[in-house]
Amino acid sequence: MQNSAPIRVKVWRGDAAGGAFAAFDVPQQPAQTVLDVVTWIQRHAEASLSYRFACRVGMCGSCAMMVNGVPRWTCRTHVNKVMQDNRLTIEPLRNLPIIKDLVCDMSQFFEKWKRAEGHFSGQGSRDQAVAAISPSEPARRAANAAIECINCAICYAACDVVAWNPDYLGPAALNRAWSLQNDSRDRRHDARLQAVSSDGGCLSCHSQQGCATYCPNELNPTASIAGLKKMATGSFIGKKYRQRHG
Amino acid sequence: MVELRLYLAQRISAAIMAPLVLVHLGLMIYAIQGGLSAEEILARTRGSLLWGSFYGLFVLAVATHAAIGLRNILSEWLQLRGPLLSLICWLFGLGLWALGWRAVAAVVGTQ
Amino acid sequence: MKAHRRQPLYLAFLLHRLSGLGLALFLPLHFYVLGTALAGADAFDAALAWTQGPLIKIVEFGLVFLLAVHFFGGLRLLALENLPWSNHHKNYAALAVAVAFFVACGFLLRAV
Repeated sequence: MQNSAPIRVKVWRGDAAGGAFAAFDVPQQPAQTVLDVVTWIQRHAEASLSYRFACRVGMCGSCAMMVNGVPRWTCRTHVNKVMQDNRLTIEPLRNLPIIKDLVCDMSQFFEKWKRAEGHFSGQGSRDQAVAAISPSEPARRAANAAIECINCAICYAACDVVAWNPDYLGPAALNRAWSLQNDSRDRRHDARLQAVSSDGGCLSCHSQQGCATYCPNELNPTASIAGLKKMATGSFIGKKYRQRHG
Repeated sequence: MVELRLYLAQRISAAIMAPLVLVHLGLMIYAIQGGLSAEEILARTRGSLLWGSFYGLFVLAVATHAAIGLRNILSEWLQLRGPLLSLICWLFGLGLWALGWRAVAAVVGTQ
Repeated sequence: MKAHRRQPLYLAFLLHRLSGLGLALFLPLHFYVLGTALAGADAFDAALAWTQGPLIKIVEFGLVFLLAVHFFGGLRLLALENLPWSNHHKNYAALAVAVAFFVACGFLLRAV
């Protein structure tokens, strides 16, 4: 259903203090992606437009933006799949402070990653044998199902609990924590469980599955968070039982 | 770990209420035919230890469950926090509990 | 509704939250009406007289639906949070709405 009319594109421009939409008419091209559209605008219409990209082949997640109100990798979003009446609206990712135009400040995303103890802590060394973990073990399968996250923040932008609760760690950080809780080589399971089940942790998730709906890697942070909820409540009840029965 | 305790209280009160709600829904559908009258209702509940305990437990569970649910709504949608949030939710929960047990006493108590 | 929210499980969340809120706001009225029995069966009957009209029957249908949908949706959430993960939650959410509507219709048919 391609026609030769130009695409009417609204692009958000501004910074942390505020901004507005700027309109551009962009020529249509075969197999055009939204990243192609943004690039065309910066090269031919408005040189001062700021935006992020890197690999442009759907591997790095740098080009994530809101396209017609939905968070997407712009390099993997074909214009003819999302255009409505020859119109496109492009904005920076939701739920993150804006630096300039389509570039948002990812610091809080990574701060929460750290707060959730989203890093591996082992105690092995090169002198020990490689850990013998079968890929078909349930814990390893759970970790593998969650492990392909590339920190693009699309789930963070999609999540309404992130929007409503500034303390909420968010789907990506919690998803990573879950993959590490299932890594039998990791030695900080207790500390990490504490970190993800306190205020703003996994218990705040309302299972809306916006994260799973929009994750381009088809991960399901809601499923990971449900796993963390079970771990947290199980651990709490277990502790109370042991306290009472010695 | 306030959040964990609230989370558990809400889920546990929900689990307690699951069979109670089922019975209550069934009872409403049964009882509504031919209209509701004080006589019909009170004939079932007056002096009944069974219904007194049933609804007494129901009220306690719903007061807990609704107050915590309200807390989530007030904090997420109205951005309320801190002592004000807790005060409103405690007042609501205790109010429901008091009104609810008064209602139970009203239909179970003999005159 | 914002574009990113137009997906089934956000709607399920919204329905669960709004049905809970509706029920929570209804309960004080419900307890008040029942409490009139403290003044005797006649006082209780007088309060119940307000619930006779056809409009009220529709409101009661709505309330039964709210309770039923919150109940079935709540079962789905208890399963999600405590049982092994399922990828079928969109189906379960739809089923919850359907069964709740069926239950509410059962009530309405007996109420009229």
